[in-house]
Amino acid sequence: MRSLDLAVPGWPGHRAGQHVDVRLTADDGYQAQRSYSIASAPSADERLTLTVERLDDGEVSPYLAAELRAGDKLELRGPIGGYFVWDPAAGGPLLLVAGGSGICPLMAMLRLRQAAGSVVPVRLLYSSRSPEEVIYRDELDRLVSTGSGLEVVLTLTREQPETWTGFRRRIDPEMLNAVAWPPADQPLIFVCGPTPLVETAANALVNLGHEPARIKTERFGPTGG
Amino acid sequence: MAFVSRAFRGRPHKEPRDTRLPPGQYLVRDFPVLSAGPTPRTSLGEWTFSIEGEVDEEKHWSWEDLRKLPSETLTRDIHCVTKWSKLDTTWEGVSVDTLLEGVETAADYVMAFCDGGYTTNLPLEDLTGGKAWIAYAYDGQPLESEHGGPARLLVPHLYFWKSAKWVRGLRLMNEDSPGFWETYGYHMYGDPWLEQRYSGD
Repeated sequence: MRSLDLAVPGWPGHRAGQHVDVRLTADDGYQAQRSYSIASAPSADERLTLTVERLDDGEVSPYLAAELRAGDKLELRGPIGGYFVWDPAAGGPLLLVAGGSGICPLMAMLRLRQAAGSVVPVRLLYSSRSPEEVIYRDELDRLVSTGSGLEVVLTLTREQPETWTGFRRRIDPEMLNAVAWPPADQPLIFVCGPTPLVETAANALVNLGHEPARIKTERFGPTGG
Repeated sequence: MAFVSRAFRGRPHKEPRDTRLPPGQYLVRDFPVLSAGPTPRTSLGEWTFSIEGEVDEEKHWSWEDLRKLPSETLTRDIHCVTKWSKLDTTWEGVSVDTLLEGVETAADYVMAFCDGGYTTNLPLEDLTGGKAWIAYAYDGQPLESEHGGPARLLVPHLYFWKSAKWVRGLRLMNEDSPGFWETYGYHMYGDPWLEQRYSGD
């Protein structure tokens, strides 16, 4: 994973949860485009951060994750999307469910919440394969320790530290039942990650009694890009 | 001088670009699933398909009615606005021409509406003349709910967000009006060959 801080003169601003399309052009004219969620909170300084996961067989991500260096330019288009977005005015409580790099748009939401001084209660359930693969781990710890009402529950599906007492399996209905706000609280729910995780989580949440219209999903992850 | 990304080369062993890929698209061999919300579920006993709106007479079909109509098997390339394309996908379904037989309308536009609240708008002309189907099987199997089953609209010549999953009907309209993604900035028409992804393209 690599976070790219971009200065984008003329950037019109974005909402937490939106993404950009990045286009690369080789000197023979060959082009490739992919979408990346904006990981930074909206701000007035015409900057944004993309966090890119390097896919071994990827075409764009290896370039962004390994080759790109400070001073390089990128062509990007956006912000794109307007449905999978949150800001403090939308209220809560908020349930965020993430798998792997699906944390990125949700991180923009948490960073916005922090910057705005919001105390909307949030629970984040975040699935990663191992402790090393928990993106933004330190920052999430810091946000929790501010006492603003963020709870983070990790599940580590492949490798856990010896002293680990947390979940050690993929997100499933039982886990969601334990972690999610009760339906009576009418939480706003955002689920982001690989399709199987999103499908499992969204179905489970509907079965637990959450209104489908309050569950927003964004699916991504390796599909050969 | 056109913008060039320093040191970008693309894939190490680049195949010649497939001419069946519209601009900005890349080839996938799996079948990605994208959606805005949970997968709706409607039992076949409750399922109906309607043609309504600016028509002389509304028409309705139950699942049984739909399955009795003449169907076709077709193979087409499909192109998603998120840049992936999948070639030679095989579907089975009822042509929208069949469903529109006998429907009297002066309307030029259609809003497809679906379980879960999804909508998408199209010109009527893009749904007729052998360009669109209500598809209930993919690759020889009943269409999975993740991919829009029991039935989805299939309009392969436009970006695939126009091929509305979980479709339950077509509402004929006199004027074009943005559906779900169109309201969020996606193109009103969506021709992949003109790369009409977002409004203004």
